[in-house]
Amino acid sequence: MNNRKLHKKEWVSALKFTFFSIFIGLLVGAIVLAFSGYNPIQAYSIMLSGIFSKPSYISYVVIYATPLILTGLSVAFSFKTGLFNIGAEGQFIIGSLAAALIGGYLNLPAYIHVPVCILGAILAGGLWGAFSGFLKAKFNVNEVISTIMLNWIAFHLNNFVVTRPSIKREGMNVTQFIADTARIEILPKWKNCEAALAFREAHPIINDLLRTPLNAGIIIAIVTAFLIKYLLDRTSLGYSLRVVGDNVNSAEYNGINVKKNIIISMLICGMLAGAAGGLQVLGRTRNVAELAAMESYGFNGISVALIARNSPIGCIFSGLFFAMLTYGGPKIQSALGAPREIINIVIGTIILFVAVPKLLSILKSKFKRTIINTKISKGDE
Amino acid sequence: MDIFAFVLSTTFMYSAPLIFTALGGVLSEKGGVVNIGLEGMMYFGAFMGAAIAYYSGNPWIGFLAAGIGGGLLALLHAVACVTFKANNTISGLAINFIGPGFALFLSRIMFDGATYTLPLADKKMGMPLKGFFMKDSFLDNLLGSQCHTTFIAFLLVPVVWFILQKTRLGLRIRAIGEYPKAADTLGINVAKIQYFVVIAGGVLAGFGGATLSIAVSSAFNPTIVTGQGFIALSAIVFGKWKPQGALVACLIFGFSTAIGIVLGWSSVQAVFPVPSQILAMLPFVISLVILVSFVGKSVAPSSVGIPYEKDN
Repeated sequence: MNNRKLHKKEWVSALKFTFFSIFIGLLVGAIVLAFSGYNPIQAYSIMLSGIFSKPSYISYVVIYATPLILTGLSVAFSFKTGLFNIGAEGQFIIGSLAAALIGGYLNLPAYIHVPVCILGAILAGGLWGAFSGFLKAKFNVNEVISTIMLNWIAFHLNNFVVTRPSIKREGMNVTQFIADTARIEILPKWKNCEAALAFREAHPIINDLLRTPLNAGIIIAIVTAFLIKYLLDRTSLGYSLRVVGDNVNSAEYNGINVKKNIIISMLICGMLAGAAGGLQVLGRTRNVAELAAMESYGFNGISVALIARNSPIGCIFSGLFFAMLTYGGPKIQSALGAPREIINIVIGTIILFVAVPKLLSILKSKFKRTIINTKISKGDE
Repeated sequence: MDIFAFVLSTTFMYSAPLIFTALGGVLSEKGGVVNIGLEGMMYFGAFMGAAIAYYSGNPWIGFLAAGIGGGLLALLHAVACVTFKANNTISGLAINFIGPGFALFLSRIMFDGATYTLPLADKKMGMPLKGFFMKDSFLDNLLGSQCHTTFIAFLLVPVVWFILQKTRLGLRIRAIGEYPKAADTLGINVAKIQYFVVIAGGVLAGFGGATLSIAVSSAFNPTIVTGQGFIALSAIVFGKWKPQGALVACLIFGFSTAIGIVLGWSSVQAVFPVPSQILAMLPFVISLVILVSFVGKSVAPSSVGIPYEKDN
């Protein structure tokens, strides 16, 4: 069998196992629901219709997926290069803060404002990530722990900035809305003018879509996924980063500067998560607010990456899947009164199964052993 | 109350949940299994402790239930990591979804749709030395208001140290964490001992969570744990995978929280106005600084996080 075929075979079996994990996750969710006295079939059909039955629902799934795809890419990139970026959460916060400040407090012409905001978010998130890389390269601080600390530092820094009297809005702990020149929502102004309202009445599907803050972020997220794939597979930088990820010793032996690579890798991770935060502000929230708890875009990125098995293109699909769960899931609470946290149980179970790629082979060998043992003991009789 | 006693007593109070959890992590990692799921176990423990204490009317039953809850989640982690050779970190991450997921799910069912439990009031964990010392003496200020859990946490440090360093079981645990193959060759049941340390670690993390919800505070709410499991995780690294080291690290975290509280007093703010957000950031900044200055000398058990596979 040639390499390509082998590669394809692995890929297909990985995909099968992913679907198996998702199935088990949903099954466990159904069992928990049933035990708590809810009808799981009813719950899942509410979720499904809450995801697909209206154009605006689908639009919301896409909007939910945008930051998740990018934070997923951030974590997947770190895994591919031998690191574990738990810090996407903090990098996301810093990116969104940068975008909100540039978008809300800087006057720039349209067409320049948006790129400057996005670049600002990417740069800020990137530096936040690179700092963890620096701590690892220079002081040998495990990035898992430093990024966790930096998540909380980013969290409180965000709250510090948005509560400054010179920045906050009157009476609320939020930043000013970003300028119209910085928005990436589709036709935000036109939407509500009279001509548009007449047009929307004539086209109910478009009307429904325009009710949502549908924005250009998803396109950027998808393009970024392909760029990351290209970077990893087709460039010498991507190659050297992956070699460091595979085996530090052999990378050093081959003359690759491991420390520099760690910093670059964390820089790119941070840039991706920062972009996620920036697009979220430009496309959807239009400001940042004082946080009471982590919003989990970064943490969910870890799950997105794991379900995608660190494939950049896979992150697009797993990001969409995750968005469906987090958008459609809570609808069972209003409809059935069933706790929305069932979604966390489903996701946790999926991840638990993703963690055990050897599950089936181990089960098989155990099963075989029992058969052999029983045969042997029968033979003894 | 004199400020020195206040800072010390607050330090002890806030260290206790971290000490339980960090000791659990030390046990688990000494035996070769990384446990990033401590946060989720703590979270579930915090809920179980408060909920069961509320319904049973007895904080000790709540405390025990929290241990069982943490242990059950740890059992899941052990099945994945030991039996099915899972990637320890990913499995731990899954626990961090499943623990809070079940906690909030059950909370909504048991507390009429709410994600917080009802206050325990007089069913809170008791204070054994209350009124034992002369009122407002230094010792009274320091120890009088400490709950049972604080004393248990501190007592557990030498207990875990003793088990790890002075018993046959401890020797086996350490051998497995360093070189499981050698331990296996000597006839030690690697899987059995790893199950033991992971579950024991989960029980302790559950206790840690309950300490938050029934001793430090008197109810469970969704933000009660917020990263403390992860702080305990870094305490393990600071503490160089030793119980006494983890204790010191937890005390440093508790101390920085206490300092934050004192700096937040209105009398202090009048002279030295530090924004509350910066105070909240302090424990994390301090721990990062300590990490940078100490961690270089910290060495993990050499086989930690690598699932052990027997050759057949």
